[in-house]
Formats: sequence, C-alpha cells, structure tokens
Amino acid sequence: MTDPVLQVEGLCKRFGALTVTDGVGFDVRPGEIHALIGPNGAGKTTLIQQICGRLVPDAGTIRFLGEDITRLPTHRRAQRGLARTFQITRLLPGFTTLQNVATAVQRRRGSSFRFLRPVGRDREIDAAARALLQRTGLGARAEVPASALSHGEKRQLELAMALALEPKLLVLDEPMAGTGREETARLVELLRGLAGTLPMILVEHDMSAVFALADRISVLVYGRVVATGTPAEIRANPEVRAAYLGEEAA
Amino acid sequence: MASDAMSTVDIGASPSALRSVWPALLIFAVLALVPVVAPLLGGGTYPLTVAGRIMIFAIAAVSLDLILGYGGLVSFGHAAFIGLGAYALGILMDAGLEEGLLLLPAAMLAAAVFALLTGAVSLKTRGVHYIMITLAFGQMAYFTMTSLSAYGGDDGLTLWSRPLVAGFDWLNDRSAFYYIVLLLLVTAWALCRAVTRSRFGRVLRGCREDEERMRALGYDPFAYRLAATVIAGAIAGLAGALLAIQAEFVSPAYMSWQRSGELIVMVVLGGIGSLHGAIVGAAAFLLAEELLSGVTEHWRLIFGPLLILVVLFLRGGLGGLLGKVRHD
Amino acid sequence: MSTTLLVVQALNGLQLGVLLFLIAAGLTLVFGVMDFINLAHGVQYMLGAYFAVAFYGLTGHFLLALLLALGAALLLGLVLEVLVFRHLYGRSHLDQVLATFGLILFFNEAVRALWGSSPLSYPMPEALSGSIALMPGLLYPVYRLAVLAAGLGVALLLWILIARTRIGMRVRAGASNADMVSALGVNIRRLFMIVFGVGTMLAGFAGALAGPIFAVEPSMGDNFLILAFVVIVIGGIGSIKGAFMASLLVGLVDTLGRSFATDLFRLVLAPAAANQVGPALASMLIYLLMAVILFWRPAGLFPAHGQ
Repeated sequence: MTDPVLQVEGLCKRFGALTVTDGVGFDVRPGEIHALIGPNGAGKTTLIQQICGRLVPDAGTIRFLGEDITRLPTHRRAQRGLARTFQITRLLPGFTTLQNVATAVQRRRGSSFRFLRPVGRDREIDAAARALLQRTGLGARAEVPASALSHGEKRQLELAMALALEPKLLVLDEPMAGTGREETARLVELLRGLAGTLPMILVEHDMSAVFALADRISVLVYGRVVATGTPAEIRANPEVRAAYLGEEAA
Repeated sequence: MASDAMSTVDIGASPSALRSVWPALLIFAVLALVPVVAPLLGGGTYPLTVAGRIMIFAIAAVSLDLILGYGGLVSFGHAAFIGLGAYALGILMDAGLEEGLLLLPAAMLAAAVFALLTGAVSLKTRGVHYIMITLAFGQMAYFTMTSLSAYGGDDGLTLWSRPLVAGFDWLNDRSAFYYIVLLLLVTAWALCRAVTRSRFGRVLRGCREDEERMRALGYDPFAYRLAATVIAGAIAGLAGALLAIQAEFVSPAYMSWQRSGELIVMVVLGGIGSLHGAIVGAAAFLLAEELLSGVTEHWRLIFGPLLILVVLFLRGGLGGLLGKVRHD
Repeated sequence: MSTTLLVVQALNGLQLGVLLFLIAAGLTLVFGVMDFINLAHGVQYMLGAYFAVAFYGLTGHFLLALLLALGAALLLGLVLEVLVFRHLYGRSHLDQVLATFGLILFFNEAVRALWGSSPLSYPMPEALSGSIALMPGLLYPVYRLAVLAAGLGVALLLWILIARTRIGMRVRAGASNADMVSALGVNIRRLFMIVFGVGTMLAGFAGALAGPIFAVEPSMGDNFLILAFVVIVIGGIGSIKGAFMASLLVGLVDTLGRSFATDLFRLVLAPAAANQVGPALASMLIYLLMAVILFWRPAGLFPAHGQ
C-alpha cells in the first residue's frame, strides 16, 4: 500500500457569497496521471491555485508527500517538488529559451546567493539546461528570446522549466489550450513519455488528450468532485454524462 | 510591469568580454584623462571638481541601476542612502575620527543598515505603494537630519578637514583625490557588473521579468531584492561619504526627494539596465546643469521638456547609443 | 494646551484636509481610472494659485479671478493632456514618473521666470475677511471657514456625480477595469479627458482658494504633491471616499501633530530633548502613519475594488 503523493481533503473556498470550492477531496497516486475535468465555471482554476499556493483555502487540507502544505507559500511548495505550468504561459520574456530553463536548473544546483562568478560560464547548468531543451524538442531554439517563441513552443518551454526542478508532482494547467493538432500531439507524446515515473495532475478541456493520457479522472462540477475513476468508468458514469459530456461535443 | 525604457537581452553569438565592456572602459579612459587635459584648456581646478562630482554621482547612479534597472524596483528614496553615508562620515569626523579607511566603510555600513531595515518593510509592497513607501522612508531620514540641530539641522554640517588615508594626507591633493574617486567608481562598476552576471543577478533579473514565474520555480523574490537593496545602499553610502569629502560640507538637501528623483533621471537618461548608462546619465545630467545654468539661470525650462522628450522618444536612453549589454 | 488652541488647530487641520482632498481627488481618479502616476498634479495646484494672482491683478475682483483661474487651469490641463499625458497611458510607471517630473522642473522654473521667486499674494474678498466668534474667546477667520465649506461642498458634488450619475458610473467602472469599459463601447478617450480635466480643475481650485492663506511661490505644490500621494495611498487608490477620509485624517494628524508634539514629549522627556524630538517626529508623523496603515491594510483603508 503506497501513500498518495497528493491528498486533498474537504477543501473549501468562498469569494463573498459565492462558494467556488465546495468540499473537494481527491488524491494522486505515485506514478499516475490524474486528470481534472469539468465544465466552465466548475472551479478548476481556483482548485489549482489552492494546490499550487496562489490562494489559501478557507477550510480543508492539502497534504503533499505526507506533509501539510495547505498554508505554505508557492515558492516553498516548488522547493519541495511541486512544479506547475500555467494556463496562460508565464515565461521570463527578456531571457532566451536557454536562460529560462537555466534559471530553473540553477534552483536545484546550490545556492543562488553567489555574487561574483559569471553564471553564463557555468558549464554544469548550461549542459543540464540544453539537455532539457533537447528532451522537450526545443534544442534548436536555445538562443531565441522566449518572447519570440510560438505558442506551442512556449508550452514546451514551460514543461522544460517544470522538469528542470526535478519535481515529485507536476501540475499542468490546460497545457493544450490554444495549441494546434500537431503541437497537441507532440505534447501528448512528451507527457506519455513521462508517465509512470512522474505523477501528474492534468487539468484539461481537450478530451482526446485526457482520455489518451489519464490513468484516473476526477470530474468537477460546481466546485464538487462528482466522480473519480478510470477513463472507462467516467465515460460510463450517467451523472457525469448528464452534467458535462452531454453539454459539449467531446 | 517591466519598464519600456529597459534594454532587452541581446541575441546572437556570445560576445567576448571586451565587446560588452568597451563602453565603460572608454568612459573610464576619458575620465582618467581629464586631470591631464584640463590644465591645457585653462579653468584651474574647475574641470576636476565638476568631473569629480560627476564620478561621485555616477557611483550612486550605478547602485540605483542595480535595483532599478536589474531589479525593476522604482525606489524614490535612494538619495537617503547618499545622505546617510555623508552624515555618518560628517558625524564621525566631528567626533574626532580622521582615518578614511575607517570612515568610508562606516558610511557604507550606516547606509547598508538603513537599507536592510527599510527594505524589509518596503519590499513587502508592490508598484506605486513601493514608490510611496521608499519616498516616505527618504522623507523620514531627511526630516530627522533637519531636526538634529547638533549637526547643523537645516544649515548643514561643515567639515574642517579631509580624512587621512592610512595616516597620509592624500585627499587634500586634488589630483590624488580625483584618481581615488575614479578608482572607487571603477570598483563599484565592476562589482555591480559581476553581481548582475552572477547566479544572484540572474535571479534578480528573473524576478523583474515575472515574479510569479520565479516563485513557481522555488525562488522567493523578497530575499533577493533585499540583498540587492542592501548592496545598492552601501555603494550609495560610499558616494555620499565622497560627496561630503569633496564639498567639505554635509546637508539634508543631499537626501531630499527631489534628489532621489534626479537620481532616477540620471539612470534612465543614460539607459537603465546597462550600468555604463548610469555613468553616462550622471554625466549628462550634471553637465547639462553646469552648461545650461551658465547660459541662463532658468536652465530647467530647457531641461524639463528635454527630459520629457527623452522619455517619450529615446527608449534606450543615451547609453543605448553606445550599445546594448549582454548579461550572461 | 488650551481647548481654544485645540479647536483652532483642529479646524486648521480640517481646512488643510479639505484642500488636500481637492488635490488628492484628481490624483486618485487619474491613477485609478487610467493607471497614470501624475507627479505634475502639485504643479497644477500651484498654477491655480498663480493664475488667480494674475487675474486678480487684471480684474481686482476675487470671485472673477477665481473663475478665470479655474478656466485657465482647465485649459492648461487639457493642453498638457494632449501634448504629454496622452502618450504616457500604458507606459510603465517609471516613464510616467520621469515625464511628469520633467513637467515639475519646467513649471516651477517657468513660474520663477515669469513672476520671480518672492512670495506673492492676493486678498480675500471683503465679505469674508473678518473673524467670527465660534466660542467665547475663540475668534476664527471667516475665510478659512469658507474654504472649509467650499471644500466640503465640492466633496458632496463629487460624491453625487460619481455615485449617482451615468458618467460617474463609467468612471467607477473604469477605475476597476478600463479595458472592459472600452470594450463595452464607452469612448474611453473622452472619459479619460473628462476625468483628467475635472482633476486639473479641482487642483487649480484648491490653489486659487489657498492663495490668500498660504504664500504663492515657486515649488509651493511640491509638498502638497507628496501629501496628496500619502493621502491616496492611505485612502486606497481609485477611491474618492478613501481620498476624502484620508485627507481629513492626514490634515488633522499633520496640523495637530506639529502643534502639540513638542508639548506631548515634554511630558516624558527633558525640555532640550523634547525640542529636538518633537519637531522631527511631527514632520515624520504622516509618513509613519502611512507606513503603519500600509502594513496593516496594504490596499489602503477604503480600496476602490472593495465596493
């Protein structure tokens, strides 16, 4: 019996009179890809914000690798191995692609309170960063300013940065949003390559990607988890079909 | 929001160290020649005094560029560090301490401590609140010194001698003092340059680019910004001490909010985020002040609109004309 | 420390607060709606005073001078909006700070060039020039009460305008989300101009009112500018109600602080020490107040979004 990597229990978040997260509970098992789906307005973003540390829940707990991280600030969660990608990509626009990843790599390689040695000459960081770029398909774009990358490439870069942290859990917030067919396929391949070794939470609207990748799916409707199960179980679940799959052409 | 006036990263092949450094080396060479050339042009010690003043303000401007250009922190209270450094030197000399090798570090320490204490509070705020709080701390320092009548209050404090250096009375020799200041400027520039290209500098710049992104990578922007503020404060404190020695006078006006504003003007005029730009900006500002005030006492009538035009149209500042700088 | 002195200084504090409000209101609206830091707002206050001096010199009539000064201030504000400010919306705060700093340099000098450095003044209207007995033994200048009344009147007018009219609704909406307002079809350009114009007029009005009380001299707006920024930060950026409350608070704290700090310190310190610490602390008081409030309520006391 292995302990879950992430355990969310009774999570609640209210904005004024509006309850956006209403007693959410689910867990992420080692090595699994756990997808979070739900119609617009279900509260997926708010839930992710609470898991990643951008919002503090009003009630409930979040346990990461056995530790209660409910009130821990974002950067401390990242230090403990909780990496994320953003729904709207956030990069360091004035840095090159390589420098973006190098900044992430640097985090895992000793103190950043070093003031005198030029970091551009640090071969270890440079090599590790290039390797990650290769792995995520951006090897040829190392010297390009991040702001000049295409939408799909930016997604790949975010993934590279998240992986650079040597994470123990990867939270992906709508990675396929706005990507074309080819880029979506590429991302799915990348993620499939990581499956089994790196547990992930995948928030997505793109159903084909979800069913291609997920080991388990939790369905969020009006701030509550209405069902958790394997893709087959979810597809067959009448409540889910009514609330969600019936509303949109999957 | 990153400033539009900030320089962007240069792409392309990695330049040799010389290529990215030549603008600064050129400036230092010009400055080194002033005492040699000036006597040939006449004017006595005047050019030395003006150039010396430029270098001293350049030290302060470079330190401001560290937190403003590279950190993205619009501090409207930077002049307080200059003033505190100046007063630390003045007060200690008044108490009988004469040794420059003790006085200068003491001035830097005083400014650094103030930077640490006020930075710990101000860096918890963002945007316009940060601008206002740094302004407020600057005003507090200003009003404290105007009220201390023991040290001259509003009228300021006169220094009756210059400090000794390791027991030697070098600072009374105009040329010697000039070259010592130049040496300190080069050192301050070199130090800041190393910092911006280091691991620390990369994180600081990253926090300027996207704070949220850096947090997601596990960095806490507060700690890095505070460290940068302390370093910048110490260097500005050094500038203040040198200012006090050169003018043989310390006054609360050294830390007025207008002075803080002028420092920001110097940095942006020269092109923020390039360090050598800060030196160019300080020179441009002070020379404009000198030259224009020779033409008319109402020189600000020309300077004000000039500044506006630079902001509106010259996005890289004047230093941008000398070339952009790669960081790593 | 008598009750008379306390009441007088409290009234002076309220009067300062009301003038501060007139300046801060424009500042907070411009910042809230257009995300624009206008350091030159203090200069607009100063120009209101100088215009009043000029027009009084021409007409010899206070009210006429006041109205003409208002018109001139509005005109100048609109000219500046078209020439300078318009190009700075959407630019970084740093750029805005620098450009408006340039305007401060220019106008402080322009005023010095045109009118000289010596303080000027113009008399208050005959009808308001006396003093009135508010309490036995307490004579207070009528003009100062008139300023207080005028300021409160404008505050009320502004409140009605913002809270009760369509334009006001657009301004409030713009303060929370300018892009959305623009997307809804409101002419955002015109809205900005109106907000800007009103702000300029208020500042100029404050300057013209202040002429008979304070000295009219170059850089007279600089201190008020800083105070006004402290006010809008304490009150909450974009909030008129916040600006009003904070102005009165700052006016009272500053005036009463300066009057009584030294005396209060004499209760606990030796006179010599109190004479040093008192004035120092008095000048710093509002900054300490701002630092404390920001620590406790980072968005200010009455943030605009909270409504």
